[in-house]
Amino acid sequence: MITLAKAINAGLRKSLEKDSHVLLMGEDIGKLGGVFRVTEGLQADFGTERVVDTPLAESGILGTAIGLALRGYRPVCEIQFDGFVYPAFDQITSQLSKMHARALGKVNLPIVVRIPYGGGIGAVEHHSESNEAYFAHTAGLRIVTCSNPEDAYWMIQQAIDSDDPVIFFEPKRRYWDKADINMEAPSLDLHSAKVLQEGTDLTLITYGPSVRTCLEARRVAETEGKSLEVIDLRSLSPLDLEPVFASIEKTGHGVIVHEAPTFLGMGAELSAQITQECFYSLEAPILRVGGYNVPYPPARIEDHYLPDVDRILDAVDRSFEF
Amino acid sequence: MAQERLVQLLTPEGERVEDPEYSIEISTEELKALYRDLVMVRRFDVEATALQRQGELGLWAQSLGQEAAQVGSGRALEQGDYAFPTYREHGVAWCKGVDPVQLLGMFRGVNHGGWDPNENGFQLYTIVIGAQTLHATGYAMGLMRDKSDRAVIAYFGDGASSQGDVNEAFVFASVFQAPVVFFCQNNQWAISQPIEGQTRVPLYRRASGFGFPGIRVDGNDVLAVLAVTREALAKVRRGEGPTFIEAFTYRMGAHTTSDDPSRYRLASDLEVWKLKDPIERVKVHLARTGQADSVFFAEVNAQAEEMAATLRAKIIGMPDPDPDEMFAHVYAEPHAPLAREREEFKNYLASFVDQP
Ligand SMILES: Cc1ncc(C[n+]2csc(CCOP(=O)(O)OP(=O)(O)O)c2C)c(N)n1
Repeated sequence: MITLAKAINAGLRKSLEKDSHVLLMGEDIGKLGGVFRVTEGLQADFGTERVVDTPLAESGILGTAIGLALRGYRPVCEIQFDGFVYPAFDQITSQLSKMHARALGKVNLPIVVRIPYGGGIGAVEHHSESNEAYFAHTAGLRIVTCSNPEDAYWMIQQAIDSDDPVIFFEPKRRYWDKADINMEAPSLDLHSAKVLQEGTDLTLITYGPSVRTCLEARRVAETEGKSLEVIDLRSLSPLDLEPVFASIEKTGHGVIVHEAPTFLGMGAELSAQITQECFYSLEAPILRVGGYNVPYPPARIEDHYLPDVDRILDAVDRSFEF
Repeated sequence: MAQERLVQLLTPEGERVEDPEYSIEISTEELKALYRDLVMVRRFDVEATALQRQGELGLWAQSLGQEAAQVGSGRALEQGDYAFPTYREHGVAWCKGVDPVQLLGMFRGVNHGGWDPNENGFQLYTIVIGAQTLHATGYAMGLMRDKSDRAVIAYFGDGASSQGDVNEAFVFASVFQAPVVFFCQNNQWAISQPIEGQTRVPLYRRASGFGFPGIRVDGNDVLAVLAVTREALAKVRRGEGPTFIEAFTYRMGAHTTSDDPSRYRLASDLEVWKLKDPIERVKVHLARTGQADSVFFAEVNAQAEEMAATLRAKIIGMPDPDPDEMFAHVYAEPHAPLAREREEFKNYLASFVDQP
């Protein structure tokens, strides 16, 4: 059994061992091992040249990572919390995302940006945001998110292997989730969606921290005689929608679940594409369960903001009642 | 970095000393008032830390060890001056008259600040490192336009000095000669990153490259901080542009209650800095010079205990907000889709009420 945080740590270790051009950079990732201990022990084993504690400046981290990548390195940048990526937003969206295209393909920028994201840990503001849509909206970036230790282990290595920039979203409230994992070979490539549980009545489409919530909702629904299929998207850009379309064609009902605000969130794109592709199979509109369109609330009421089993099942009922 | 000039007026041993540039005339009453501030601020911090340990707060960022830097600069401010804090300036908030209970709301997790920044001239705490230094500069630019003689002080940490925003604030303040004092508490650590990980030159020396003076002050010496900050504010009021003050101090506690400093720093450093405690030296000085006796010290302690008890009661009794409060202040003007969403949310919540 290994936690999701430890699995990322093990994956980072593999990549550091495999390729001497891989280096980690970020705030407090060395001795401290990161505020979530994801990089724990790596500086001790690989040295301060490979695991670099940077000055406190996110634009600096991303901007210099771009330079390092131009020089042939494969930087893996840690952003301490979701809400602190914005100082690096220009470097990511205007520089990192576009440079390969501007050079007409003559340079690659194999940079990974690790971002712990999402709420549910009782934190103060800027520590609980789900800002994946900002990045998924930007062409040139690949966006992935793991939901379990095994994916965490493999996806981080695959992200580092990618010759494109990858924003790697880590579901921080699932860092301590444990599972046995297969360390022999990956079962999927980086950008494949996965049907986690099959079902016949309705499809729950989700990713990251909401996957576990959806699996819980599925169990509860089962006791009420409803059979839900659960799909973990894993990759938000590019999207792998074939499994989703196949599922919706089977069930005719779909509910999308994510923590991010629904307005122009991933669910908006998903429902548009599903509607276009599966229009004649749909028995109800695609519904979304997500964060409300407000700033992430204070910790004492965050449970009301985060999609939970009740809200998911409420949407499931609404879909069936349609 | 050995032989840097450091303004000091009261040594760690409680000795009054002279500085070639800065001096301070201080009455017994004023000194006792400063002592009272220091004790109150520390007691407040201790109580908040305890409340966090007991689960009443989600997080706490201790100001332990930085009381003199905060009280000294806070008391240098005059009515109408404006302070832009990080998340650790509890001592400045105290001087500005912000109700301590208010400060704890965001750490308890019932709001993201909630006080009116204009009421006391104390902006909301800013967690995103360095952002407030630009706000401070802009506010100062506003004061200039209004031909006001008020001043602004921007607080930030040694780690923050690496941020783009902070450096841009220096540029703007310098170019526009904005009436803002940049007050950096160099507590030697940014979470686990020591100061050497942010800079190769003493921070105060950076100022000259931006075109304004920088000065390093003993951040554990409330008199020196008061004198240096007063002077910087006076200059600002005279329209002579910004000053950078580096208050040289030490973060005696963890970064926050979530942090474990034993992973990255030596306990022996802490011992060295304990000898430079900002409160003890004032107490020793007051006692040794006969300006205060044990009755006074006991009275201050009693006042601090009373404040702590009141604080505790108010925090424990602080209710959670209504969940639909999250929709309440997103926009200043009506926003129809959000109003609808709020309505739906309320109906959804109500749907649970009648269930058995
Ligand atoms: C933009 C941004 N990046 C990262 C963080 C996470 N973080 C919070 S406090 C801190 C260290 C701040 O150090 P310093 O500026 O020296 O102030 P101190 O906390 O020591 O008072 C970091 C990295 C943040 N809050 N904002």
